[in-house]
Amino acid sequence: MDDTTASQEFRYITKKRRVTEDRRFITGRGHFAADYNFPGLLHVAMVTSPYACAEIKGIDATAALALPGVRYVLTGAELFENINPLLSGLDLPNVKRIPLAHERARYAGEWVAAVVAESRHIAEDAVELVEVDYNPIDFVIDPEEAMQSDAPLVHPQHGSNILCDKTWVWGDVDDDFASAPHNLSFRAKWSRNSTVPIETFVVTAKWDEGKDVLDVWASIQMPKYPEQIARALSLPVNAVNVHFDVDVGGSYGLKRGIRQTVIVSYLTCKLRAPVRFNEDRLENMSGGEMHGPDRIFDMDVAYNDDGVMHSLKIKATDDAGCYPGRAPLQLGKPVSAIVGPYRIKSASYNAISVTTNKTSQEAVRGFGQAPTNFAIETMVDKVARALGMNRDEVRRRNLIRADEFPYRIPSGSEYDSGDYHAVLDKLQDSAGWQELLAKRDALRAKGKLAGLGMSTCLEPSGGNSSFEPFLNPKNDTTTWMESCLIKVDMLGSITALMGTSTSGQGHETLLSAVIGEVLERDPDTIRGVHAESLGALPSNSPVGSRMAIMLGGAAAGAAEKIKKQLLEIAAHNFQLPVERLVYDGGDISVDGDPDKVMTWNTLVDIAHRNYHKMPLGSEPGLQAQHTWEVPTGGALPAEDGTVQMYPCYAFEAHIPLVTIDPDTGQVEILDYHMGHDCGTVLNPDIVRGMTFGGIAHGIGAALYEKFEYDEGGQHLSGSFMDYLLPSSHEIPHVEMIKHYTPSPLTTFGQKGSGESGYLGAPAAIASAVNDALAPLGKSIETLPMRVRDLEALINGQTE
Amino acid sequence: MSEHKITLTVNGREMSGYAEARVTLVDFLRDVLGQTGTHIGCEHGVCGACSVVLDGKPVRSCLMYAVMADGHEITTVEGLEGPEGELSPLQDAFWENHAMQCGYCTPGMLIATHTLLQENPYPDEAEIREAIGGNLCRCTGYQQIVEAVQMTAKKIREAS
Repeated sequence: MDDTTASQEFRYITKKRRVTEDRRFITGRGHFAADYNFPGLLHVAMVTSPYACAEIKGIDATAALALPGVRYVLTGAELFENINPLLSGLDLPNVKRIPLAHERARYAGEWVAAVVAESRHIAEDAVELVEVDYNPIDFVIDPEEAMQSDAPLVHPQHGSNILCDKTWVWGDVDDDFASAPHNLSFRAKWSRNSTVPIETFVVTAKWDEGKDVLDVWASIQMPKYPEQIARALSLPVNAVNVHFDVDVGGSYGLKRGIRQTVIVSYLTCKLRAPVRFNEDRLENMSGGEMHGPDRIFDMDVAYNDDGVMHSLKIKATDDAGCYPGRAPLQLGKPVSAIVGPYRIKSASYNAISVTTNKTSQEAVRGFGQAPTNFAIETMVDKVARALGMNRDEVRRRNLIRADEFPYRIPSGSEYDSGDYHAVLDKLQDSAGWQELLAKRDALRAKGKLAGLGMSTCLEPSGGNSSFEPFLNPKNDTTTWMESCLIKVDMLGSITALMGTSTSGQGHETLLSAVIGEVLERDPDTIRGVHAESLGALPSNSPVGSRMAIMLGGAAAGAAEKIKKQLLEIAAHNFQLPVERLVYDGGDISVDGDPDKVMTWNTLVDIAHRNYHKMPLGSEPGLQAQHTWEVPTGGALPAEDGTVQMYPCYAFEAHIPLVTIDPDTGQVEILDYHMGHDCGTVLNPDIVRGMTFGGIAHGIGAALYEKFEYDEGGQHLSGSFMDYLLPSSHEIPHVEMIKHYTPSPLTTFGQKGSGESGYLGAPAAIASAVNDALAPLGKSIETLPMRVRDLEALINGQTE
Repeated sequence: MSEHKITLTVNGREMSGYAEARVTLVDFLRDVLGQTGTHIGCEHGVCGACSVVLDGKPVRSCLMYAVMADGHEITTVEGLEGPEGELSPLQDAFWENHAMQCGYCTPGMLIATHTLLQENPYPDEAEIREAIGGNLCRCTGYQQIVEAVQMTAKKIREAS
């Protein structure tokens, strides 16, 4: 399908349409969590541990409490007595997670006590006055050291620093390795970084004494947030009301502030006043839910003389930091596309999650897929280099062919659709691959280090929870739904409710376009609303690149139900079967007799006011809810270790051209081309933006961003001076071409794009840097490839 | 700590309030004057989310104390619309090009590019990238922001 046919089928989706949400942001009228104000609001600041690991022998808050304006000092011991430990992704009964350190602080920067005061300034003053009696003890920072038998234990009760060590073998890996003429192995590292939103995590809680309801306003993006709050505080879920209409200032998976929320929720109940915790940047970067995957890959691949890859072994060792939460599950999700877009017929995967004395790892865009894609693409480049073949040719020989879909990979996921060769051809053509090679060679001829990169990667989308039972047999969750409720009011306007917050994905715009499409009504007249949790329907929130598929599908399903009701009302009044009627733009006429018509307004009026004109026994009013399960979801992993993970697979190919300054090691990106196929695009501007943003995140991960720890366990990247975020100078203009292979599993053929760009850019930049280093006979497999790392490598100080 | 009376002109309106000497301009604008359009990102002058125009120049309102702004004239994102609430050409271009996602850095981006266009109505791409070089955005990769400013500049050119 080319660009034209993709949009001709539809009336509103696929077309350029302004994003509803943008209007409030350009006029300063967004409503972010810190914008809500309440009389008598109290503010929290955190006392943090200066040690990588220390026993907490005592906390003396006397001086802090004596400061005027200070209202309370909360400790981990008090919380431990009064709340339930927070949810863990794995079955780890002896690893308890309490929002404040209890008995032992396990990383430098961990929150040890929460000071509550009438202003944030006073709370910060009082933090200095809290005296904590620490007994520093041994700690471990390196994940491989942490796996040694004599390593200090982060959670002594658990008995080991290994949280998970599982191996799966899919197909005849040993035979395939034995029969292949070549194999190669290497180690690649993805360092601890994350997508770092510009807004920190902010939460305000207020106990409504008149209603016995805990109201929560938070910059949250997390499944089952109200339920997690209720569980921690032993409240019924119907006593927790999360206001999902709070605008979230960026999240990309990260904003999971359940610790912060439980602290302020506990405090508001205790102090009978509204309480806010607005992380400052240091609290956010060192102590908050901010760090992403931190992974070592040991890779082996078996391949033929012609570059065809047969089998793959991946060992992934991931540093979860000190409290596992959902971090280890990020080792499970990449099983969704464990062989990438390639026809690799067998694979083994050893996933190891290790705890260390670092800040806890949280979910980041792609949930572990971007690091895995980086490792797989590095492998493909190495095969090409070993055989002296072109990198694009090796990819072409291994990519799954368009006529092979649906394609089941060894680990059990069935890829829905794709035409990888077409996207790669189209991209190389539009980018001018040969011209770029010539440009690279011309730069090299002038003595520059220049490299052309390539990656071809998948974005699994339509996220479900298959990785939960996959890694934790005690968890039998297979339901992963999304909902929409549509109400057509008495005067005919349409309102649609979703049960989740938004952090920039444009869900209001999504709802209005999809419902407008189905009901043939102008999307600009349709309002999408973020219901508060007490009035909301079941949702699993915008994770796993799923909302275009799942919220879009829920909205379309609800709209179809509305249309059916309208047709039944018209059929009753015309005394004709529904099959004789024509629905056009909300009006319904008799087929072959266009003068016999009932308008939208008439039908709506009947539904709300003329029960005597309604079909016998029908429900008055005009409203419909649709809740649906993720396509292909609903099954537990099979006994043979195979599992269907996400349903839909978007494809992306990247081609960057870079130079490296040999004196400084600085990488400059001269050209960046990307080809993208996420099926039917519901809103082109939104997909473009997410993809450009994803590429920027990927460039950051590849070249700049790292949460660094020193040998003493101190976190060194607590500010934007130390943790480098790419600016408009580092991020180049991106030329993007689109291809459209619809998914057979979704309402309009759409796939996810919330992680696009990010899932292929780090691999592509690494490919380009290594191409630039190739003439020197050098290579680098550790991200980020920082200036100092490259400078040392080029000038021979490192191997 | 004692409080100081601070009077400043915000978006053409004189406003006053009281604040301790240590209160930053951004906290004063948001917490005392209720102007929450200006956002806080890093509080150490790197991200640019808190940018406002002070006497015609863009400044980081997290790096200034409110008392330093006493008597000065400030424009925030809330002041970019016309008197009848009509969008400025720049705001309209940000909307048309979807030059944002979460909207959190947007006020700072608008302030930076609004100031750029006042000084240089015909910027090229490099000049636009230079002007927003001190404003971090994590959603967009900057491209649609650059496109929005280019569209505005084109409109200015066509109108003149």
